[in-house]
Amino acid sequence: MTPEQVRAPAIQVRGLEKSYRELRVLRGVDLDVARGHIFALLGSNGAGKTTLVRILSTLLKPDAGTASVNGFDAVRQAAKVRESISLTGQFAAVDEILSGRENLVLVARLRHLRDPGRVADDLLARFSLTDAAARKVSTYSGGMRRRLDIAMSLVGDPPVIFLDEPTTGLDPQARLEVWQAVRELARQGTTALLTTQYLDEAEQLADRIAILHRGRIIANGTLAELKQLLPPAKVEYVEKQPTLEDVFLAIVGDEGTDSKLAVTSPDGRQDLR
Amino acid sequence: MTRHFLGDTAVLLGRSLRHISRSPDTIITTAIIPIAMLLLFVYVFGGAIQTGSDRYVNYLLPGILLVTVASGISYTAYRLFLDMKSGIFERFQSMPIARSSVLWAHVLTSLVANLISLVVVVLVALVIGFRSGAGALGWFAVAGVMMLFTLALTWLAVIPGLTAKSGDGASAFSYPLIFLPFISSAFVPTQSMPGPVRAFAEHQPVTAIVNTIRGLFAEQQVGGDIWVALAWCFGLLVVAYGIAMAIYHRKIS
Repeated sequence: MTPEQVRAPAIQVRGLEKSYRELRVLRGVDLDVARGHIFALLGSNGAGKTTLVRILSTLLKPDAGTASVNGFDAVRQAAKVRESISLTGQFAAVDEILSGRENLVLVARLRHLRDPGRVADDLLARFSLTDAAARKVSTYSGGMRRRLDIAMSLVGDPPVIFLDEPTTGLDPQARLEVWQAVRELARQGTTALLTTQYLDEAEQLADRIAILHRGRIIANGTLAELKQLLPPAKVEYVEKQPTLEDVFLAIVGDEGTDSKLAVTSPDGRQDLR
Repeated sequence: MTRHFLGDTAVLLGRSLRHISRSPDTIITTAIIPIAMLLLFVYVFGGAIQTGSDRYVNYLLPGILLVTVASGISYTAYRLFLDMKSGIFERFQSMPIARSSVLWAHVLTSLVANLISLVVVVLVALVIGFRSGAGALGWFAVAGVMMLFTLALTWLAVIPGLTAKSGDGASAFSYPLIFLPFISSAFVPTQSMPGPVRAFAEHQPVTAIVNTIRGLFAEQQVGGDIWVALAWCFGLLVVAYGIAMAIYHRKIS
């Protein structure tokens, strides 16, 4: 590694744009992740989190802007980037038909490591999977599967790890297991970019947090810094008469959608349209 | 990157072969349709079909072998589709491995799986009376033609494997391939067919390949048929490989 690479942030993103036909998913994203940090990217569904992770892990090419990982350009030096990273995608990328140990050995072989068996056994122990090592992954629980998934990402100690919504769809117990696994990463000095839609997850795990909203980073800082954003420095009041919709939503409570209309039919039944 | 191509392909081939060894039912289901056809045609229809050869099973087997491959490659498409759908494909693509090795591992697995199915079908044929005087060289030539045919159809199967939206869609493309042998010399001589059908049957690839294999088993001169058969196989292989690779590179870039 050159001295320049050591000083540079582990992940650097400048002016990144990506569209799917008409849909502009990323509209100029800027981001720095320092080495050894756990960086959480917060955002609701469709904010562009996965698209950003896919570009950083060389699965997708950006339309404009630059992204570098571990000092390598994600487009021009994709092969170098792939040597520096591992991706834990939204859906556990494990082989269901193989055993847990076979999964780890497979990845270790593909990373051309010298002693795949030993690497696998070490990781199984670290992630408390030794007892289940010889079982087919299809018999694993959701939490075990995700733990194995993360363990597979650690094979070969890549300096940068992407975790795309690692706890989505997991029960609370499994979530705690995954959090423990992520803290384990941090202890080793691995840089991790974690996307999540759960605020408490970012709060629990991350050194820094950025909020991605409609394809732009709208806030970026430590948890303390983000907390200082509230109450907002400037509040603008816009006079607006309540509509029937506002009244209805205020009474019944609402999930935040803005295009719903309440209609009470003659028989007194309320319909949402 | 490419220096790892052979090693990475071997590792991924080992993975797919392990899949097959843990679900041998795919080999059995692959062989069941052709074996059922074999029994049906030999014991039900065969008595009424005039082929000019002494045993109908000898006439029939080459076509049945093609049906075996046609039904086997639907699993190639299906296995590839499952990998694409699960996160494992993206994991492989984000790793420092030779990128085409993911596809080649599936292709080689298809060759191995189909070879096993073909052996099973030939064994059943031998049990019900198939006999060939062909020597080692003849059998070797048959194996060579079948492997080339399998390779060509496998690359064809890669296309739906990469593009299908559902598992059923991935494997459904093989149905027409299973029925193509019916309009060829595989089950009945083409002379009995009416004009246009006969013209189609005599100029489609199955007839050339079937006639070649039949000739090899019967120790006859295979003459022009073998070149037509090889040309079809190579042509299909080149076209299917080109399209599959183009789709693959578009998917991973």
